Amino acid sequence: MHLLELKNLKKYYATQKAVDDISFSLEEGSIFGLLGPNGAGKTTLLRMITGIFYPDEGEIIFNGKKFEPLSDNLFIGYMPEERGLYKKMKIGEQALYLGQLKGLSYKDALEKTKYWFRRMEMETWWGKKVEDLSKGMSQKLQFVITVLHNPKLIILDEPFSGLDPVNANIIKDEIHQLAKDGATVIFSTHRMEQVEEICNHIVLVNQGRKILDGTVANVKQQFKENLFSVQATNLPGTMFSEAFEVIKHNGSKLVVKIKNTSNSNEVLKYFIDNDIMIEAYNEILPSLNEIFIKLIEGTKNSRQFQKVA
Amino acid sequence: MSKIWLIISREYLTRVKNKTFILSTILTPLLFVGLITAVTFISVKNVDKENVAVIDRANILGGKLDNSKAVTFLFVPGVDSLNYKEKGYSAILYAPTDSSDTYRLVSKKQFGLIAEANVEDRINEAMENKMLKNKYNIDMQSLDSARKSAQKAKLDQAYYEGGEIKKGNSSLAYGIGYGSGFLIYITLFIYGSMVMRGVMEEKTNRIAEVVVSSVKPFQLMIGKIVGIGAVGLTQLLLWIVLIIGLSTAASAFLSPDTIQQAANASQQMPNASAGMASNTAKQFEGLKDTLGSANWLMIVGCFIFYFLFGYLFYASLFAAVGSSVNEDPQDAQALLLPITMPIIIAIVIMINAITNPSGSLATYSSMIPFFSPIVMMARIPFGVPGTVPYWQLLVSMSLLVLGFLGTTWISAKIYRTGILMYGKKVTWKEMWKWAFRKY
Repeated sequence: MHLLELKNLKKYYATQKAVDDISFSLEEGSIFGLLGPNGAGKTTLLRMITGIFYPDEGEIIFNGKKFEPLSDNLFIGYMPEERGLYKKMKIGEQALYLGQLKGLSYKDALEKTKYWFRRMEMETWWGKKVEDLSKGMSQKLQFVITVLHNPKLIILDEPFSGLDPVNANIIKDEIHQLAKDGATVIFSTHRMEQVEEICNHIVLVNQGRKILDGTVANVKQQFKENLFSVQATNLPGTMFSEAFEVIKHNGSKLVVKIKNTSNSNEVLKYFIDNDIMIEAYNEILPSLNEIFIKLIEGTKNSRQFQKVA
Repeated sequence: MSKIWLIISREYLTRVKNKTFILSTILTPLLFVGLITAVTFISVKNVDKENVAVIDRANILGGKLDNSKAVTFLFVPGVDSLNYKEKGYSAILYAPTDSSDTYRLVSKKQFGLIAEANVEDRINEAMENKMLKNKYNIDMQSLDSARKSAQKAKLDQAYYEGGEIKKGNSSLAYGIGYGSGFLIYITLFIYGSMVMRGVMEEKTNRIAEVVVSSVKPFQLMIGKIVGIGAVGLTQLLLWIVLIIGLSTAASAFLSPDTIQQAANASQQMPNASAGMASNTAKQFEGLKDTLGSANWLMIVGCFIFYFLFGYLFYASLFAAVGSSVNEDPQDAQALLLPITMPIIIAIVIMINAITNPSGSLATYSSMIPFFSPIVMMARIPFGVPGTVPYWQLLVSMSLLVLGFLGTTWISAKIYRTGILMYGKKVTWKEMWKWAFRKY
């Protein structure tokens, strides 16, 4: 079932089409990557999903019904890119306050805050103020506050920026756990290696438009260039075959591109027929990073201002 | 609704629990009362009693100089510049022996300014009395009694109100009007800018985005305004209670005698003795009478109304400015000008209105919501419905409430755009656009 469906969302500012006709849907329990370069319209899109902005056009379906910001945002946890906490407020009180704003009763908020503080080993922080925390620590606190009320939809905008690898792994594990428990996670970033690790499904936006939508495996298949790496002993200096051409030859390592008319077995057959001892043979799939750069390339690096009629 | 309550109580509690707030709430009246007490106490205790021996060989003074509070004059023989100290005098006054008017005061230490003026006054008085006696044969006592009987004339102001004659007192009305107008002026600034700083803090800390993903921006804004308004009311009430309490305590510490002395000292009246006491008693009676003449219920009720709605009217504008600026407080200064101008103009009008509370400037400006909290508060003590007819009060109040709804509506629209807008310096023109665009 789809937890969230966006249908032809549009949001125009005076000088920019921030979000220009974007549609996609989210499977319940999936971890979803929203990718895009700076200024692609990610934040505007997320703000519409959290109910902070109203779309100019289009529709948001949440949990099978039309999205009602006031009641539905209780089921959403949003961690914005720019972290925000009251600097002078005590950490425990702050978590309680923001939890209650999300509709928890005082008792529930207290219980959940205590649970998460214990789980994240933050018990000693309770009476401290946010200004006493380091950047990474306040990041962790912000994450806890975001997931405190058991949201069905968790939106994380750049959750790992400023975290050391150990803490980043802790958060990553928590995200996986939350998804396993049934929460749906939207994960917005431009750090592709994290997306590859975490996400099942990605959408790439650029200049307010969706340019890619699919599961990570599908996308990679879609953009593969039929490259294979071959490692073998006794490679001859030159090789000719109907099946492939050599892209790179480096000692015992070879990169070949399989022609459209052929397939990987044909290539393998060529090596076997020529009595070349193969040690390793595998497909090279493009990384998301490469796909990303390939797709974004050619458009202007920074978003241009334009007249919106 | 419960979310607004959460926000209000957070805004209220974090401020009330703040050390600076507690200190300033307690220290301000303490300082205020303490300073007055100390000044009174010192001015009474600090007056040294000086005994001055007078040597008047030519008998110009006729053997008599009235004593003043600070100086006692004694005409004793056998005192000279060598032995006056042993005999317990702090100075010798030499009257002139020839026709010159130069008196000489010899003492070990420098006389204070007040004591010196005292001595001079007494000599002049003695000379005056002597001249009156010698030239016109008027003696002092008959002059005094003549003056006293002449001082009986008294202006008794009265006006008709609701069919009955009421005692009026324009100086009391002036005092109350001036005081409450200024109090509203100052509190508008204090709590208005507290709202602005609160909004700026939320914006620069980026907490606003987290909060508005849970509540409507309007709820956040109203919660903050109401919370800080409650802080202002708390502070005002605490100040009133503390000032009354402390001044009661202070007047217990200073005996009534000392207070009476202080009052006398400040007046420096020559004929201090018996007439003085009865005079003060009479004045006090009069004060009680006129205080009773003011319609306290009406004044206090209107004060609370104009304090609250004046604050609410302006606070949302302050919030709108706070939401539109980024880190730079100097941007705030420029944007604040259109808000602070009407408040300053209001105080200027108020100073004029208080001398002419029924004038057309006072009447019209006390109905415009931008000025009414200050100007109307200056007019009300002069009498409702005498000076301020009921219809004017009603129009003024309803326009202020409407104005408050209007500013809040506009500010809320500016606020919801501004609070999430970063990096750009905002102009009034843009804020105007935000206010009237639709969502």
